[in-house]
Amino acid sequence: MGMASKSIKTLLVAVFSIFLLLFSANSFASDAPAGGAEKHEASSFDPAKLIMEHIMDAHEFHFATIGEKHISIPLPVILYSPERGLTMFNYSKFNHGHDVYEGYKSEEGHIVAVNAAGEHDTTVTVYDMSLTRNVVQMFIALILLCVLMIGVANKYKRNGAKVAPSGFQNAVEPVITFVRDEVGKPNLGHAYEKFMPYLLTVFFFILINNLMGLIPGSANVTGNIAFTIVLGVISFFVILFSTNRHFWAHIFNPPVPGFVKPILVPVEFLGIFTKPFALIVRLFANMVAGHIVITCFVMLIFIFGAMSKVAGWGFAPVSMAFTIFIYFIEILVAFIQAFIFTNLTAVFIGQSMEGAHHDEAHH
Amino acid sequence: MELLNPGVGLLVWTLLAFLVVFFLLKSFAWKPILASLKERETGIADAIASADKVKAEMAALKNENEAMMAKAREERAVMIKEAKETADKMVSDAKDKAKSEYDRIVAEAQSAIMQQKNAALTDVKNQVGALVIEVAEKVLSRELSNKGDQENYIKQLAEGVKLN
Repeated sequence: MGMASKSIKTLLVAVFSIFLLLFSANSFASDAPAGGAEKHEASSFDPAKLIMEHIMDAHEFHFATIGEKHISIPLPVILYSPERGLTMFNYSKFNHGHDVYEGYKSEEGHIVAVNAAGEHDTTVTVYDMSLTRNVVQMFIALILLCVLMIGVANKYKRNGAKVAPSGFQNAVEPVITFVRDEVGKPNLGHAYEKFMPYLLTVFFFILINNLMGLIPGSANVTGNIAFTIVLGVISFFVILFSTNRHFWAHIFNPPVPGFVKPILVPVEFLGIFTKPFALIVRLFANMVAGHIVITCFVMLIFIFGAMSKVAGWGFAPVSMAFTIFIYFIEILVAFIQAFIFTNLTAVFIGQSMEGAHHDEAHH
Repeated sequence: MELLNPGVGLLVWTLLAFLVVFFLLKSFAWKPILASLKERETGIADAIASADKVKAEMAALKNENEAMMAKAREERAVMIKEAKETADKMVSDAKDKAKSEYDRIVAEAQSAIMQQKNAALTDVKNQVGALVIEVAEKVLSRELSNKGDQENYIKQLAEGVKLN
């Protein structure tokens, strides 16, 4: 019963995602004539552009376009320019990129300043602080996370420690104990308690955004380089602040013969930066790749469909089977990547205070 | 490439969101959850430890009891053995004593008999001697006419001898 309802749900998700993509494909068909110069001759269906549009940030949640009507949720635009100051308005004011509003216009989703003639004014610097779909979705995910976690915490407070966990508490507890016992304790030794709030926050922060990104029609938050850069840089500072004398001694005076030092010291020094860089790229690449693969499989239907209608319909079941398969893998990847990011952060923190570890162990 | 170009807005909002979520969850979620988990785990560990301790104490108590029982059994056996020995000894002592008393009494009786006998014999000897002398005296002092009378007389004399 449980399994059946689950597979039906998955099927619904897949079908829903197909419909969304179908509509967005239509939107391109109808948008192309308005674009004017960029009009393709044979077909306006451009899979690469669609995929990029799916995985990139945007100023609206665009669900479908039926004929000339866009079904989308436009989001607030917040712009700061040293020359013009702070400007706030809704993205709908641009009328889907057709209009100029308060001296700004939207060029392929990018907001640029325009001069009196309505042309791109490169002399004005614009910082786009808009609540884009990634930002909004991240906020929704984080509000959900806070509500869920604080609810669970209140349950612990209300029931006390002696009562067995129940409901959602039961689902969260093994994950928390997993992060504590498999990530915190083995890598950080008895200093783990100090880092637990950070590790748990990173884990759930990535996990909930990964999972939210899997909802069809939602934004690809964790597959955005800006998101992973922030997390990576925070990891970098946490690692840096937990370093000790031994760590720096090992970097600038590694225990190797003198003639190797000129080679090894720069390598070791670069290692400080490559570790968080690897974290940034790994999460970004994994999540982006998953989204690309899923959209590619769906796109295949329309690529075949462009050749012949029969091929398109014929390939649809194969494509769906692959999409559903990859979808399950992506759910797994959502957990795995959250775990890997957290675990590697813990490993790097552990390395940066390893000397102290040994010292304490010898006392 | 567009994909690798981080948007400044998303950078700022993500950083802000992470910091807010971190501090919110740190004080309102992770702290109470981790504290409860720790409390429960230490509670369970303590309960197991005390159960083990009680078990060990029970085992020690049982061993002690068994040792005491064994000792008591041993003591009882020793006591029974001792009592038996004492009883046997008393019986044999009594027997020995009785026997020696009996021997002593018999010996005394024999020696008394012997003494009495010797005294009697001595007395007989003395009396026989005296009698012989008296008879001889009487025989000598009286003249006998006939043999019959003589014999009667001896018979009469002999009868007069009291052998007691």
